[in-house]
Amino acid sequence: MIVLLADTGGAAINWHTVMFYVVALAACGFAAMVAVSSNIVRMAFALIVCLSAVSGLLFLAGAHFVAAMQLMVYVGGTVVLLVFGVMLTAQKAFVSMKTTAGDWILGLVVGGTLLAILGQLIFAVPEWRHSDYQARAEAELAAYEEQLKSHIASGQDVTEAQRRRLADLITLARQGHPEETAQIGLALVGVRADRPSPEVAGYSGYLLPFEIVSVHLLVVLVGAAYLARAKRRRKPLLSSGVSTP
Amino acid sequence: MSFLTEPIGLAHYLTVGAFLFVAGIVCMATKRNALGILMGVELVLNGSVLNLIGFASPYFRQENLGLDGPAIALFVIVLAAAEAAVALAIALNFYNNHSTIDVDQADELRG
Repeated sequence: MIVLLADTGGAAINWHTVMFYVVALAACGFAAMVAVSSNIVRMAFALIVCLSAVSGLLFLAGAHFVAAMQLMVYVGGTVVLLVFGVMLTAQKAFVSMKTTAGDWILGLVVGGTLLAILGQLIFAVPEWRHSDYQARAEAELAAYEEQLKSHIASGQDVTEAQRRRLADLITLARQGHPEETAQIGLALVGVRADRPSPEVAGYSGYLLPFEIVSVHLLVVLVGAAYLARAKRRRKPLLSSGVSTP
Repeated sequence: MSFLTEPIGLAHYLTVGAFLFVAGIVCMATKRNALGILMGVELVLNGSVLNLIGFASPYFRQENLGLDGPAIALFVIVLAAAEAAVALAIALNFYNNHSTIDVDQADELRG
């Protein structure tokens, strides 16, 4: 740690960046383990850790509600479902089905090409390589503090609105953008609280997709439960045991 | 160690999303276990969720997607769970009928 501080030349370590690298390495590493491993149980465990790391990345980006939903729905629901599937379809002594080397080479070549193309696209936009949120927030806070100081120096009182704006700017600079979970809830029932003119096309809420997804979930669960039901086994025939209802 | 002092940008999130996407595609392409293929699908969808949230984050861009990113990401997560349930039911039926989960054995178009 001391070596790190000495190398930075005086600049403070940005802990947001450090946490991002730790969590992103975990996500990428365990995703690679999912792709490479041949044991299905190890793949399921690596998927759990990878999805939890993705949830951590979502927290770091400021989307706290989606990150919590990711942990609850994805890690706590979907992957548990996959693990149950692994248990129910277990073969004798986990016969490992290996893919041939030719398939591996082909898959890695295609994947590598796609990753190279995507990486080149991502780094072709120079504005995306750095962000100045912290610098901008601190500059705005300093400017507003100067404005308030001259305001007080000229003898006037600080109004309630100015006090609130100062508190908002301090929150933006020190704690980050506040998460508006209530706005997500309002948007899901059709009210967009963040856009100033709701009658402009494209700024409506998400009521229709919400209803569609609700019915979709119901249909999917009924269908999956019917598909995966325990089938009544008929008495086996003389020649072979056919057991479909 | 200068890369630990400067704040990250959108490109970092998009790179992680692209890596997860490609890992999911390689997983889908090279696994013979049907559940392994399902895990690849989950990885692909998580890459897309990272992209959506990255573009909507106020920390990376001043004009961002705003509320659309988390809302669409929520729909993606819910739809991925629904699709995993159906795919698992199909995989279970396949296993019950053929006593194997190897998709290479699924080469006859017969129940």
